[in-house]
Amino acid sequence: MNQAIENAAPELVELRIPARAEWVALARLAAATVANRLRFSIEEIEDVKLAVAEACTAVIQHEGHGEFIQLHCEATRDSLRVRVHDSGRHDIVSDSARMNFDEARIAGLGIFLIRTLMDEVSYDVHPQHGTDLLMVKRLVGAPA
Amino acid sequence: MDIKVSVREAPGDCYVVDLSGEIDVYTSPKVKDAIGGLIDRGVYHLVINLEKVRYIDSTGLGVLIGGLKRVREHGGSVNLVCTNPQIRKIFDITGLVKIFGIFDSEDAAMKALV
Repeated sequence: MNQAIENAAPELVELRIPARAEWVALARLAAATVANRLRFSIEEIEDVKLAVAEACTAVIQHEGHGEFIQLHCEATRDSLRVRVHDSGRHDIVSDSARMNFDEARIAGLGIFLIRTLMDEVSYDVHPQHGTDLLMVKRLVGAPA
Repeated sequence: MDIKVSVREAPGDCYVVDLSGEIDVYTSPKVKDAIGGLIDRGVYHLVINLEKVRYIDSTGLGVLIGGLKRVREHGGSVNLVCTNPQIRKIFDITGLVKIFGIFDSEDAAMKALV
């Protein structure tokens, strides 16, 4: 099924996975399936898969993450909006202290990939409710 | 989702690591073990064949970088075989094309080993 969304209400897919490595594949496949509803190229869908996987991996690799990762994928007519929510409490300072140099470098690589592959990336950190990472991928030609 | 890892000896004191499948945060420890095991045995010239790899993320890249770092401490090298444009793109945008030798064929990767 590859029917593009035209003149339709946004489609929202929500998924909650255990915050464990073996579930990241499901998150990226879910995001790719939603991306496939729009007119993204195969390469762009691969970009979304990788960005979502990197976001989930970043959650898992941070100390103090929640038990679950919530994924919200919203397909609109001209963009895909993905929100990755972790209910855990993140302490960036303690994370940095815990990681060795190589681990920190690889974590940075993941964030770099997310920023490179997606059109818009933002964070929202709630001390009580956890962290949201919002990523947007626009269809080529869609207004920014 | 899985990764298949096989190791074979090649001419010239070199080993080839064939990878097939997806390399991510779940499967990359298996790749790390295979590469680390070879280095522990004193193998410092490696060709890692990614032709059958459909997906790689930063944890997979991290394993390859870690392996390269270790063999270089012994004067060794790691060359990659990569023909999948999507995988190649990841190496391009991360700048890792400047660190690894990346080749279109195993034969070329073997010949280029230092």
